[in-house]
This record gives sequence, structure tokens and C-alpha cells, in this order.
Amino acid sequence: MIEVKKLTCIVCPVGCKIEVMLDNNRIIEIKGNMCLRGAEYAKSEVLNPVRPFFAVIKVKNGELPVVSVKSNKPIPKECIRKMIKELSRVKLKAPIKAGEVVVKRLECLDVDLIATRTIEERSSHLSSKP
Amino acid sequence: MRKVYADTVVIGGGAAGLAAAIKLKDLSVNKVILVDDRERLGGILPQCIHTGFGVHYSKRDLTGPEFAEELSSFVLDRGVDVFLNSYALELRYVDYYEKSVIVASRKGLIDVRTRTVIVATGARERTVYEIGIFGDRPAGVYTAGMVQALMDLYGVMPGKEVVIVGSGDVGLIVARRLAMQGATVKAVIEVKPWPGGLIRNIVQCLEDFGIPLLLSHAVRRIVGHERVERVIVTKVDDKLSPIPNTEFEIKCDTVVIAAGLKPEVQLLERAGALIDPVTGGPVVNEYLETSLPGVFVAGNALVINDLVDTVAEQGETAAEGAVLFMNDKLIAKYYLRVICGSNVRFIVPQVLMGLKEEITLYGRVIMPMRRAVIRIPELMLSMQQAMITPAEIFKVNISERKISKVVKLHKLTINVLESR
Repeated sequence: MIEVKKLTCIVCPVGCKIEVMLDNNRIIEIKGNMCLRGAEYAKSEVLNPVRPFFAVIKVKNGELPVVSVKSNKPIPKECIRKMIKELSRVKLKAPIKAGEVVVKRLECLDVDLIATRTIEERSSHLSSKP
Repeated sequence: MRKVYADTVVIGGGAAGLAAAIKLKDLSVNKVILVDDRERLGGILPQCIHTGFGVHYSKRDLTGPEFAEELSSFVLDRGVDVFLNSYALELRYVDYYEKSVIVASRKGLIDVRTRTVIVATGARERTVYEIGIFGDRPAGVYTAGMVQALMDLYGVMPGKEVVIVGSGDVGLIVARRLAMQGATVKAVIEVKPWPGGLIRNIVQCLEDFGIPLLLSHAVRRIVGHERVERVIVTKVDDKLSPIPNTEFEIKCDTVVIAAGLKPEVQLLERAGALIDPVTGGPVVNEYLETSLPGVFVAGNALVINDLVDTVAEQGETAAEGAVLFMNDKLIAKYYLRVICGSNVRFIVPQVLMGLKEEITLYGRVIMPMRRAVIRIPELMLSMQQAMITPAEIFKVNISERKISKVVKLHKLTINVLESR
């Protein structure tokens, strides 16, 4: 079966409109790109579109009620919303250090979630000087 | 009032102020005081949980909170005196060698006497009342920054069905964040015929989540009794005025205003610094010194930037300028105006004084242009670029040697033209 996927190249500000013709998920033609980098982008975007993942997770007893996290590698595009749903059930406990792995091997995906900021315990929060 | 003495006071603990303070310490400035009104350092970085920060500065693609923690730790390691929960009320130019910053802190008012000041106060968001939206004033109208803070600092979802006004990068990123968390983003509405943000963000924030982008459209009215119920939208013509009989409504419970930022320059304005009406920031020379000698500016207080790396770079430039000033080496050789030519909205710095060997001009175009040429006729200089859009600041690097030969022309004109 032949299908055509249309996408906008994001490699540079020109933003070429690229058409990728697929025959049973095999690329047979890429057109509309002005440079080779565009073709590379189109190939990966059609065969395996991934995105960096970031979100917040609830925290118990923290100076703030949530902590921001990111995945240690990009995840498939279509998994983003599912991951968020999954995370709404997770609750972490303060203190959390930036860089700490807070969720291991999420879902069936082989990714870890890492805290991107430090959240101190609520009681240990010091007011500042001077 | 308690008096404190410093070599440099940095006002603002966001990306620009932190980068400036780090650079000052690396250049062996003895007493650096950094003043910030929040409880923690980082400015707005902690609420920008997406990636794309520090690609040039840290050589890594970090999220906002990570970049903030990295910069803050550098600042604390280097022994910068950090005043948190402290608000700079007033900046006073006493004389060439002395400035006074009045700071309101939890321990009362402090008069900080300093030789140099770096203003890194960032920007404030334009509100619903500044962009010609009329109608009711119900709950459910937020600025984009408020939405980021609510969701990503305090874990509060601001609404379920959202209309976003403005397609700059901030609007697009907030649209994605809302969609990720399960809100329905009904539309992003842009008054101009082209999107305000980067193509990358149009694709990854809107197309990925099937969010419609309405170009050449404007929200005219917000309707709602207690909570937003709907917005009235109209098409606009190429002069951005509404086209009659094109009104329609979009049902929603939340309106997010992402209509751009304005440099926060109250302190500078009151101190008497010259303000550029186009950038909204002060007029500066190549070391980002304002019209008040020894008072510098960096980051969004200078000009609205797209990338945090440019902000950090400006912080460093201002710090270098402050150090030269304290060594009595910041003395103008000439005075050359930088003029905005064809398709150029603004250029920063606005004035060149022969202070710096390698000069970076930051500019923004009015209209997007393919196969563009940046042309400076005075220098007989032409630079090709595949595309220049208003979404991205363009940079021009020039060496001072070239400029010093055309000083008699008193000006440099920056044009962005279409190449044939």
C-alpha cells in the first residue's frame, strides 16, 4: 500500500514542506527538501518519531507540591500522553535532589525519569539572608 | 539607612544576572552583590521545564530548572553576596564613580553604594488590557507565564478548554504543556499572517497535538459571567484591522495571553537612562552600557531575546564592560549611530563607541524573508542567509577595525533585503 506523509522540516528556519512516499512502511521517495539534512530529518520523523519528555510529578511534604522531571532519552511521540496519565498516579516524597532518578523503567518503555530540580522538605526550608 | 559598599551590584537573579555575576567573579571583581526579589535564584527558569536551555553556554541541552541550578551553584561557589527576598526600589546615579541602589529587604532598607550596576531585571508579560481585547472580566484569563508557574511550580491545572492568544514561542510551549496534561487547546490565535514562534515549536507544540493555528485572526471579546465561557474571534486584514462580518465564537473556559514581553526598565527610566521606544529597553553601546556611565543592562531588560544562551552572553558582555569601567578603560573613541534600514525593526547596540574589538549586533526583522541578505552599505558588507524571520534574532559580527575606517560617516545602516 502506498501512502504519502507530509511534514514540515525543523532543521533550520526555512521550514521546507517535505513529502515522504511510503510503500508498506518503506520509504520510496522524499521530495520538497532543499538540503540533505532535510531528508535525514524526514526519514527519522517518518520511521521513528521521538521527542524529549518532560513533566511534573506530585511531591509529598515538599517546599513545593510538584517536582519537574525529564526522561533520560527521547521517547516515541505517541507515548507522551500515556506517560503523563501514568505519572498522575505517582507521588514522590521530599527531599529530592536534582539529577536523582525518581521513576525507574517507566511503563514498557526502557526510560528513567530524572528530577530536574531540587525540592527540599517543607520543614527544613530556610528563609534567606540578609 | 544601613549602607553597604560594593564594586558591582547585579539586579536580578535570572539567567542574565547569574551569568553576569559569574563572569564578574571570574574577572576577579572583589565585592559583587546580587539582589533578587524571589525566594530562590533562577528567575523564570524553574518554571520552564522543557529542554533547550544552555546549548551554547553549558554545551548541553538542559531544562530550565537544571540550567538555573547550574548557574546558581556557580554563583554561590564563587562567593557572590546574594540578597534574596530583596527588592531594588530605586537606582540613583550619584556621580561617575558612585551609584546607589536602595534595596528593601526583610531586615529593612539598605543603601548599596557601588561603582557599577548591571540591571538584569528581565521582562514583564503584556496583559489582556494592552492588546485590545474587550468584554467581560471573568475568572480564567491568565498570562502564559502565570500558566507555567501554576502548572509546573505549583501543580495546578488552570483550565480544561483553552484558547491561546499569540503564537510566539512562549504561547506555543504553553499550548503543548496544556495539551500534554490533558487540556483541550481549542486554538492558538495570531493577529499577524505568520507565526511568531520558531518552526520547530509550530511542529512539536501544535502539529504534534493537533492544535489549530489561526493566523490573521484576533480575539475581540471575552464573554463570561463568573468564569470565561467563550471568546469572540474575528479575521483581520493585512493592516491588522478586523474585517466586518467575520466574527465567530469559540467556547472555552480559559484564555491564555501570550502576547509578548516588555523589558522591565522602571529602575533605569527613573534614574534617567535613555530608552529605545522600539525595543522598550535602554539605548546601549557595545558593552551594553546605558546612557548612565557605569550602569549596564543584560538579558530581557535590554531586549526581548529568544534564547537563554543569548541572554547569558549579554550578561557576560555587561560584566566585561563593568570591569573595564572600573579600570578606567571604558572611554569612547567615537560615536556612531546604528540605523535600522530596510525590514529591520531594531538593532542592539544602538550606538558604537570603538570600545570593543569584536562587536555583536542583535537585530530583529519586521517580516520573514527567504534568501535574505544582510547589507551594511557603509562597510560594503553583504551576508547571505537562507531565511530570516521575526521569530529569531539575527546576529551580525563585525570587527572594530572595519568600523573605525568609516567613523566619518557617523552611522551604520543595517538592511535586510531579498537577494535576486
